[in-house]
Amino acid sequence: MAREESPSWRLLSDFAADPFAVVGLFLLLLILLVALAAPLISPQNPYDLAQLDIMDSRLPPGSRSASGTIFWLGTDDQGRDMLSAIFYGLRISLVVGVTSTLLALALGLALGLIAAYLGGRSEALIMRIADIQLSFPAILIALILLAVLGQGTLKIIAALVTVQWAYYARTVRSAALVEKRKEYVEAARGLALSPSRIVFRHILPNCLPPLIVVATVQVAAAIALEATLSFLGLGLPITEPSLGLLIANGYQYLLSGKYWISFFPGVALLLAIVSINLVGDRLRDTLNPHFRQ
Amino acid sequence: MADAAAPPPTPLLELRGISKRFVKRLDLAEQIANLAGARIREQTVEAVDRVDLAIAEGEVVGLVGESGCGKSTLGRIAAGLLRPSDGERYWRGAACNGDEASARERRLKMQMIFQDPFGSLNPRLTVLDIVGEAPVAHGLIGARQQIEYVGLQLNRVGLDPTLMRRYPHQFSGGQRARIGIARALAVKPEFLVCDESIAALDVSIQAQILNLFMDLRVALNLTYLFISHNLRVVRHISDRVAIMYLGRFVESGPTAQIFAAPNHPYTQALLAEVGDLKPKKKAFAAIRGEVASPLAPPPGCHFNPRCPYAMDVCRERAPALRPIGPERRSACHLNEPEE
Amino acid sequence: MTDALLSVVGLSTHFATRDGVARAVDEVSFSVRRGEVLGLVGESGSGKSMTAYSILGLVDPPGRVVGGKILFGGRDLAEASGEEMRQIRGNRIAMIFQDPMATLNPVLRIDTQMIEAILAHEATSRQAALERARAALAIVGIPSPDERLEAYPHHFSGGMRQRVAIAIALLNRPDLIIADEPTTALDATIQGQILYEMQKLTVESGAALIWITHDLSVIAGLADRVCVMYAGRIVEQGATADVLSVPRHPYTGGLLSSIPGNAPPRERLRPIQGMTPPLTDLPSGCHFRPRCPHATAECSEVPQTRPYGAVGQSIRCFHPLQASDPD
Repeated sequence: MAREESPSWRLLSDFAADPFAVVGLFLLLLILLVALAAPLISPQNPYDLAQLDIMDSRLPPGSRSASGTIFWLGTDDQGRDMLSAIFYGLRISLVVGVTSTLLALALGLALGLIAAYLGGRSEALIMRIADIQLSFPAILIALILLAVLGQGTLKIIAALVTVQWAYYARTVRSAALVEKRKEYVEAARGLALSPSRIVFRHILPNCLPPLIVVATVQVAAAIALEATLSFLGLGLPITEPSLGLLIANGYQYLLSGKYWISFFPGVALLLAIVSINLVGDRLRDTLNPHFRQ
Repeated sequence: MADAAAPPPTPLLELRGISKRFVKRLDLAEQIANLAGARIREQTVEAVDRVDLAIAEGEVVGLVGESGCGKSTLGRIAAGLLRPSDGERYWRGAACNGDEASARERRLKMQMIFQDPFGSLNPRLTVLDIVGEAPVAHGLIGARQQIEYVGLQLNRVGLDPTLMRRYPHQFSGGQRARIGIARALAVKPEFLVCDESIAALDVSIQAQILNLFMDLRVALNLTYLFISHNLRVVRHISDRVAIMYLGRFVESGPTAQIFAAPNHPYTQALLAEVGDLKPKKKAFAAIRGEVASPLAPPPGCHFNPRCPYAMDVCRERAPALRPIGPERRSACHLNEPEE
Repeated sequence: MTDALLSVVGLSTHFATRDGVARAVDEVSFSVRRGEVLGLVGESGSGKSMTAYSILGLVDPPGRVVGGKILFGGRDLAEASGEEMRQIRGNRIAMIFQDPMATLNPVLRIDTQMIEAILAHEATSRQAALERARAALAIVGIPSPDERLEAYPHHFSGGMRQRVAIAIALLNRPDLIIADEPTTALDATIQGQILYEMQKLTVESGAALIWITHDLSVIAGLADRVCVMYAGRIVEQGATADVLSVPRHPYTGGLLSSIPGNAPPRERLRPIQGMTPPLTDLPSGCHFRPRCPHATAECSEVPQTRPYGAVGQSIRCFHPLQASDPD
């Protein structure tokens, strides 16, 4: 046995054993690439009002504009090229989804660890707040917050963080409680290591696996939530449409034959969420200790 | 016996009157129920009940008992991992009462070797970190010397130092046990508590690790408290042995004497179970009953429901641990002179 | 052997893993007579449990029984269908596991589980089944069986649960009981009680017993014959008295000298050097070769089973220990 197998390497090779997960991973990477490179690969910048021509509105897929560019997926009611709009929309959806997830993760992680380590009243307090919050529908909390805060990217991220931190706090807390009882933590105490070292160097890394799984799936949920909020008219401004807003825009045309305005953004959203879920599911399986041995 | 004129040397570790209670407090629901008239009581487990133990430097004291007897709890108290509810600990004659400056140094001198070769090592750290973290953190060695120092410890426990960058899951159970020992040795302890440290290992590996313990004891002048339910192992490695039942010592004394002529009925029952390897069909003679729950130990002598010699007095009064010979003690009413 | 109840011939079970094929059971042959107690001894990775699972058809993918015959009651169980095995399990052959919770369902009452076990194999009335359940609990020494029948597994201690598991195994009066380390996790005094019960039961019911363990002292007291397994192969078998007093295979000898109690106290034991090899990376020829003090070049051939030593004793070795060998 010459290889030095870190747990991360083992994880990757276990992950790759399932073909669906690998497909999901590739799809996800593709989507990420597209989102990152949106300005480079879009035929048109859909936010630049100067480039839009109202005469181009509601053209079916494959039509040409006056200046000769092909609208591969058609245009919406403002003359935006659907393909470009989708690229940019993916970008926004992903940025909002990932950022809010990371921030919620950080917040939930901190609070969960504190609750697990301190125990007693502090733990009870933090967990009750988390429980109360989780008992309200996410959409309701987000709506109320956005109604108060108004529109804008930062505000929507804030709303998503508020809605999501509780999942992470709960997950971390239960994982930390389990780890706290294990003998290697007792050994660390016996070696007179400081509490902060024990929490951050010993307990925390072992709590990460369930967290990673929750986080991956939550990104999809955050994207979906943002799409819903945008669809309802709250959240992102109309000039920088996310996928949700694009879908909302095209909603009225669905039954009158101009399906592409809602359909293609919908497909893009679907692919993004499905690929994230495939990856997340597989991660959960590979990180599950029962599965591994 | 030792020279009667010279005072006996101060024991390395002394436990006096140690008791440990675990209380399951009432939660909110139960408190409310009590207000409404239910009479739910707090449940207390007397895991350890007024135990005295003195361990001399260089000795191996075996602690024997079945599950629930409190030996693991006592071991953790001896190692400083658990605070007793009552009683005092003395290290080299000085009371241990948490004075910060010396407390940390003292804690490093007492280390515990755990039972579970899987759970006792952090799965996300390399062996280098597992063994080297504490010495570096406490300034015993500089960070630059970590690799060399860890290599030294691994050699000492019979492991190949080139493996130090691997993770615990890449090692077998026996190797992990050795890593756990290396981790303890790295902080230069004087006293080791081995809590069922070999129970989870294969028989042939147990023998290897036992040899390792014995070699280390000589090489590093260590003192052990060896906790096990395996009497054969305890007999092999211990100088003295103490037998526990439901939180109390029932008998203690030099190993050879106890195994040759056990006094307490529980000790006799335990020793009867140690099969020898003479291959003849043994008629296993059962000792009646189950070990009582520590939540509701029988009154008087804890062993009385299962004792073939139980008398009335055994149900009323707990027998004291009394000397029955030089260095031997036993807690049984049968030893008491007729009143 | 014409009066053998169970005859295993050349059984092999392999596992397909990422690191290669693990030969968990490698050409294992032994037999058990009616009323006999056979000990199957080995350390972790020896294949002793897997042998039991193979006999009962309980091997899950990626494992597979790849060869051999399991002759029982005039049939080859290796060829039996799933339905046939289902009828035999719990009926003609019963198994007791190390963890009683492998047998007991935590959410069902004891009487429900026991009645279920009876009715699965026999069309009888619930009342009659309940009677048999009560009798079975009494046989294994459980006091106040009526109360215990209505209880759930979590009301019992570990030792009691194992007794209930044994009672369930006995319900349908099996011809063969396979016990896989049933007392390893129990306290010494409870283990003593259970061994006592098992001894009584096998004598009274005439069932054969295969007792799987790593603890040689239990075997010494309980078993008529013993098979010693290492890395998937049976390296030595014979009457317990013969194997334990004059072991012929170096591994058996090494195991015996690893046990403290034979050696003078506080002296170094003489354990076997090295570790059990992983099943995916076994040495060629004799699996014990790297650890064996007597190994020579000859041992890179696969040793075959041959009789050696006392009557009924056989080994798989080119350099058996002689009676005169120092330990």
